[in-house]
Amino acid sequence: MDKVELKKLELLAAKIRLDVMELLYHRGYGHLGGSLSLVELMAVLYGKCLHVDPADPQMDDRDMVVLSKGHAGPVWYSALAERGYFPKEWLMTLNDGGTNLPSHPDRTKTPGVDMTTGSLGQGTSAAVGIALGQKMKGQNRYTYLIVGDGELNEGQCWEAFQFIAGKKLNNCIVFIDENKRQLDGYTKDILYPFDYVAKMEAFGFHTQKVKGDDIEAIAAAIEKAQANKDSANCIVLDTIKGQGIKYFEELVSNHSVKFNNEANIKAAEEAIANLKEFIAKEEA
Amino acid sequence: MFKLTEDRKVKGTPLAKVVMQTIADVMDTDEKVVMLEADLGSASSSNIVEKAHPERYVQCGIAEADMVGIAAGLSVKGFKPFIHTFGPFATRRVYDQLYLSGAYAHNTINVYGSDPGFTVGPNGGTHTTWEDVALMRAMPTAVVTDAADAVQLEWIVREFAKMEGIHYVRANRKDVRNVYAPGSTFELGKGNVLTEGKDVLIITAGQLVSDALDAAEQLEAEGISTEVIDMFTIKPIDKELILSEVKGKKAVVAFENHSIIGGLGSAVAEVLAENCIAVPFKRHGCMDQFGQVGTPDWLQKEFKLTAADLIETVKGLLK
Repeated sequence: MDKVELKKLELLAAKIRLDVMELLYHRGYGHLGGSLSLVELMAVLYGKCLHVDPADPQMDDRDMVVLSKGHAGPVWYSALAERGYFPKEWLMTLNDGGTNLPSHPDRTKTPGVDMTTGSLGQGTSAAVGIALGQKMKGQNRYTYLIVGDGELNEGQCWEAFQFIAGKKLNNCIVFIDENKRQLDGYTKDILYPFDYVAKMEAFGFHTQKVKGDDIEAIAAAIEKAQANKDSANCIVLDTIKGQGIKYFEELVSNHSVKFNNEANIKAAEEAIANLKEFIAKEEA
Repeated sequence: MFKLTEDRKVKGTPLAKVVMQTIADVMDTDEKVVMLEADLGSASSSNIVEKAHPERYVQCGIAEADMVGIAAGLSVKGFKPFIHTFGPFATRRVYDQLYLSGAYAHNTINVYGSDPGFTVGPNGGTHTTWEDVALMRAMPTAVVTDAADAVQLEWIVREFAKMEGIHYVRANRKDVRNVYAPGSTFELGKGNVLTEGKDVLIITAGQLVSDALDAAEQLEAEGISTEVIDMFTIKPIDKELILSEVKGKKAVVAFENHSIIGGLGSAVAEVLAENCIAVPFKRHGCMDQFGQVGTPDWLQKEFKLTAADLIETVKGLLK
């Protein structure tokens, strides 16, 4: 990746992270940790990889994204807003009665959202169907499936993975957001996950593991996955829940954060100020 | 318009074959129709579809939840999926997938749940569903049907293939007695008055339509004038027909191959109660029990779902 493109994607990631912080801070609560761990992936997808047209969100011959860990809706909405699917003002309506941006993604409400998710595990199978449909229609397009590591507790994920791998559905690229934490604590303590790379390889996936905040590495892994036509493809993202904002990375319970105490409020305000400063500098 | 068959003793084509041959035929002209199977292709005859249209036949393996989700994803891409598995797995096991990835997400999935109620036969209690209609009725926007015979089932499948949304049809896999003459057509959401009568109203659906007609014949012979309605669309229920036909009746029975909780009987009771209709009424179905193993004939007797049992219920109400 050349420096110009990297700068562009770093700037986009900063904007997405700022949007997530601003909308959750405005709302007073929300799924912060698992949204922030996906910021860099969203920047690479929406800033570089996806064949989509925000002016025509229903364009049939397009790449699709399925955010199976639906509680990370805020980061998807932020990426969609930055890509121009809808006005950024919508972000402040998260969870309002009648909003187009419900806590969990809804394909009937939000331009750019192709599949409704929230009941964990279900997005995996839907992504299979979408990828199959792209192939049946002869479209040379990708379905990018994003699952959480906590979500992998759900058996349906493994049913879908077996299908993707067994049928070599190589246009469905699976991302595992390995942020190592879930609602009640660390994944290793809740339900020991073993080694995702070894598990996915045992299923038959060509599996890569990259740092989830490394834009160049994520982009390179996607290119490698696209080039591999011999098997299904998985990219494990080694991420941090609350990624990119030290205070929230270190906050013990950061799955859903409430901005109702001085420390959280101060940290959010500082993060917002820092991100704004970084963006202003980059844009100048 | 429908016409009754001339000989109700004759059985039609096995119902699973009817479903699958119809889907294969529809796929000849509608490239959006696809079929998904969960390793019951030989049992459901969906291998007919596989043979005719291998490119749009998706073998999902023994993974029903995944199958429903894949169907939802295909719907996102504009396809109209049909899925099959045994009734309890097609509804109870995958309810959240059908509900959220399907109905809530405004996707299209056509579901054939086979061998409902006593028709389960030797597969027994683990494979029995007495609650599929109750579950599917509670799913917003879902259309719920119970097919009386091969003619009606073919019509239902063809109709589903034209529609968008979640559609459920329950039917035996084996051959059942004919009710309708070939070429009969129907209207979703409209019940069919099969026999006129002034004393008793029997509202039924599915395979029990034949048994209800047997019962009506015997009741007529005994001087009890009996009207039979085939309410093959259980949701949306045909309220207008119930309200018009209940007028002047001395008794009303809802007769179903399903639990008395949440099925056709409940739907009829809701219409009667909400319209202040005071009439002797009985839900005649499975009395809140689990299924068990046996031949279908034995199970029909065991769960008191025969024509003779229906006659007893009618007479009890008339006392």
